[in-house]
Amino acid sequence: MLSKRLIACLDVRDGKLAKSVKFVDTQDIGDPVEKAREYYLDGLDELVFYDITASSDKRNIMLDVVEAVASEVFIPLSVGGGIRSVQDATSLRLAGAEKINLNSAAVLRPELISECADAIGNQNVVLSMDILRVPASVQIPSGYEIVINGGRTPMGIDALQWAIDGERLGAGELVVNSIDADGTKAGYELKLTAMISSAVRIPVIASGGAGKPEHLVDALTVGKADAALVASMVHFGEYKVSQLKQELHNRHIKMRMSW
Amino acid sequence: MTIIIDYDAGNLRSVQRACAEVDLPAAICADPDQLRHAQRVIFPGVGAAGSAMRSIVSRGLDEALAEVIESGIPVLGICLGLQISLDYSEENDTRTLGLIPGKVQRFDFDHAELKIPHMGWNEVRPVQAHPLLGDIEPGDEFYFVHSYFPVPAERQTVFAVSDYEHEFACAVGRDNYFATQFHPEKSGRVGLRLLQNFARWDGRC
Repeated sequence: MLSKRLIACLDVRDGKLAKSVKFVDTQDIGDPVEKAREYYLDGLDELVFYDITASSDKRNIMLDVVEAVASEVFIPLSVGGGIRSVQDATSLRLAGAEKINLNSAAVLRPELISECADAIGNQNVVLSMDILRVPASVQIPSGYEIVINGGRTPMGIDALQWAIDGERLGAGELVVNSIDADGTKAGYELKLTAMISSAVRIPVIASGGAGKPEHLVDALTVGKADAALVASMVHFGEYKVSQLKQELHNRHIKMRMSW
Repeated sequence: MTIIIDYDAGNLRSVQRACAEVDLPAAICADPDQLRHAQRVIFPGVGAAGSAMRSIVSRGLDEALAEVIESGIPVLGICLGLQISLDYSEENDTRTLGLIPGKVQRFDFDHAELKIPHMGWNEVRPVQAHPLLGDIEPGDEFYFVHSYFPVPAERQTVFAVSDYEHEFACAVGRDNYFATQFHPEKSGRVGLRLLQNFARWDGRC
């Protein structure tokens, strides 16, 4: 039986780790390669790097980070943040990223999903969606809207529709990131995650809001997610990766328990 | 020399890096003549069967691969490499290499609960002893990403199985050829162990 996945997301700015809280305050928390290796040895199932480097001239630092991590960490590595073209995607793949995460650029130009899927395979294209709760309307019937620019710009696109469109355009996996829940440690947006997971055939990763193991259990059961993404829970030493997996295993969630 | 066959099918450097980690220096190579001189061959790949076969045939790699397998050197197929070593794939209705009798079928489930692709970590259960699976223990999981699965025609070619809704073959082989549906290069330490076993394998079962 397929295990559920525990995924850790590391935000990287100028080659250094940063943890964003609601995408606004960020603080540096160390060396990405060291952290990635620590998590890998502790049983992490998959790693996501999100490049939040602001200036484009420093973007190549990310390629070096990916290259260094890929030489030491032998689990799937996914990279996102600022990918605007097939060229960006293939450079990251060559540096060692297994999957690439598309976000804002795909919202602005949906064909980017298909172009990347053609170039590197559907299963390696992850559509990452930043989503804000809004009053349901004719335009946003699900009551969840796609936002970009770290949550600052609402796009007038229904999140549920975008998930379905993303799958049709060739995404192999979806990250459902709730901007409302992100950084709150109050739990994932379960209703949103379950709604999207039920509407598509591709795997869904729950993101935003994890604060305790119970939240992960909820995301992987009630939320119907295939994987749970964590960040601050593990970055500051509050929980160890292996400890989280053990807790999930104890709660009868199928996890990979030997590594 | 160990050669990783390059036929425009995915990220070969992750395979190369994992080989380096187990002290198996490997060159990525698309030249059939160089392939003929390899001591050890890895036949990886992700992507679609149709375009993969076209690329292999147009480069003359199909004949070279058949020759090296015939010569008895150790050959390891990974993922799409496994799939196109069977006779036929439903993906793009493709006639494939025919190194192992059997075909490749799409996961097709009626109920929507199961996601396609089969993506993530799943248990691999050896059903026959093989030097490459030597130290796989019960509960060891490997990383999979695929929407199609192999259906070998002969049971003696199946070395390990896994489950996704139903049981399917995830490691097949014959003599000096062995292939996995999962990705040892992305499967943490158990995956590296398999690659290490391959590095030491003399090609005999």
